[in-house]
Amino acid sequence: MNALTQTAALVAKDVRSELRTRYALNALLMFVITSVATILFALREDPASPEVLGGMFWVVVFFSAMSGLSRIFVSEEEKGTALTLQLIARPTVVYFGKLLFNCGLTLILTTAITVLYVLIFPQFTVQSVPIFAATVVLGSLGFASAATIIAAIIAKANTRGTLYPVLSFPILIPLLMTVMKSTARALAGEPLVSALGELQVLVSYVLIMTGGSFLLFDYVWKD
Amino acid sequence: MNDLILSVHGLARSFNRRLVFKDLDFSVAAPGSLAITGKNGAGKSTLVKILAGIASPTKGRVTYTADGKAVDADALRERMGFVAPYLNLYEEFTAWENLAILGRIRTGTVPSAEQIGDTLRRVDLWQRRDDLVAGFSSGMKQRLKYAMAILDAPAILFLDEPTANLDADGIAIVETVVRDQQRHGILILATNDESEASWCRERIHLAGRGTDARP
Ligand SMILES: Nc1ncnc2c1ncn2[C@@H]1O[C@H](COP(=O)(O)OP(=O)(O)OP(=O)(O)O)[C@@H](O)[C@H]1O
Ligand SMILES: [Mg+2]
Repeated sequence: MNALTQTAALVAKDVRSELRTRYALNALLMFVITSVATILFALREDPASPEVLGGMFWVVVFFSAMSGLSRIFVSEEEKGTALTLQLIARPTVVYFGKLLFNCGLTLILTTAITVLYVLIFPQFTVQSVPIFAATVVLGSLGFASAATIIAAIIAKANTRGTLYPVLSFPILIPLLMTVMKSTARALAGEPLVSALGELQVLVSYVLIMTGGSFLLFDYVWKD
Repeated sequence: MNDLILSVHGLARSFNRRLVFKDLDFSVAAPGSLAITGKNGAGKSTLVKILAGIASPTKGRVTYTADGKAVDADALRERMGFVAPYLNLYEEFTAWENLAILGRIRTGTVPSAEQIGDTLRRVDLWQRRDDLVAGFSSGMKQRLKYAMAILDAPAILFLDEPTANLDADGIAIVETVVRDQQRHGILILATNDESEASWCRERIHLAGRGTDARP
């Protein structure tokens, strides 16, 4: 019970801090707007197929998530508050607090990208809303859980900037491939059952990633 | 948490190949206090971090017992205060918010307005309670660290470089905190200042390599 309220308190702290500094949110939204605009200019001449747009959708998610979500631990490390947090909160509370915050941020991010895509690209027609919604939600959770543990690892390293994409790419390949395939099915209007395989993979990915990170976190977090 | 006892057995810490200290054995029981002295780089901060559980020893162990039973790290964490130059508070929050938010993360319950107010008055930051910490002077930040440390009447209080950045009034506040703490709980103080070390009843001197403990 106590651990739950402590976790809630940590999430509330991060939300309040984010609202005040706009550190991650601004970086994320700027990235989304510029990359979607770039795709728009690149595809102006010949309209892209839904498959290409679906793939591009996740490219935007990948790069903006990787640029913004790593802040969660790096900022604590840079402000010199990481040790304070370690002192007052148990590792479980820190891990789940940060994970929840990143999940929220990623869901906001994917929702914003979806809205932009639907408004800007007439070819981006989601024929099967249930598949698409499930893919976006599970994909977001997958990105958030992978990003959280990678952020915890790199926050302790000296070469923060370069390490992040290098470490995250191999971990995210299975996720990226699955969400792209599943998004293609949603755009083609296939029935929900046909995407069941991919959705199962996504659920497993989220569970394995979260469980594995949870076990690993104690070692990463403490010097 | 009555009769808290901190015991250290065969503690050693090295960084890569460099040994900071080894074979440390001592214990402190409440009410009591221990000063850790030694030159710059002797390992004082390293030792207090290990005692507080925010760093790991290379060898040996640190145990806490209360009423004869072992105290686990999570229970202890809620009853621990720590003031040190490397433990920062959140600059984007006000003094009040820092205590309210961090207090809630530490114990799971929001500290009462009365509790926060009293603590801020004790460190003489009441007037500046709604100002962002980003705008605080270094001495004011140090005072706020004291407020955070004593907010929940800690069973064990760690002070590393206790009077850093403080003026005469600030030092007087520290002396009161130190006196109160060793009357009720355990105080661990790391310093290379002789007069600060003399506040404590016991002392351990880190001599760089190995140690020489004096009662
Ligand atoms: N993270 C670290 N990596 C490598 N060496 C470290 C690290 N932290 C401390 N040390 C080494 O451990 C030794 C003790 O450092 P520590 O900070 O504990 O000294 P101290 O007694 O607190 O010194 P001061 O009086 O300057 O505060 C030093 O030789 C230092 O170089
Ligand atoms: Mg030191």
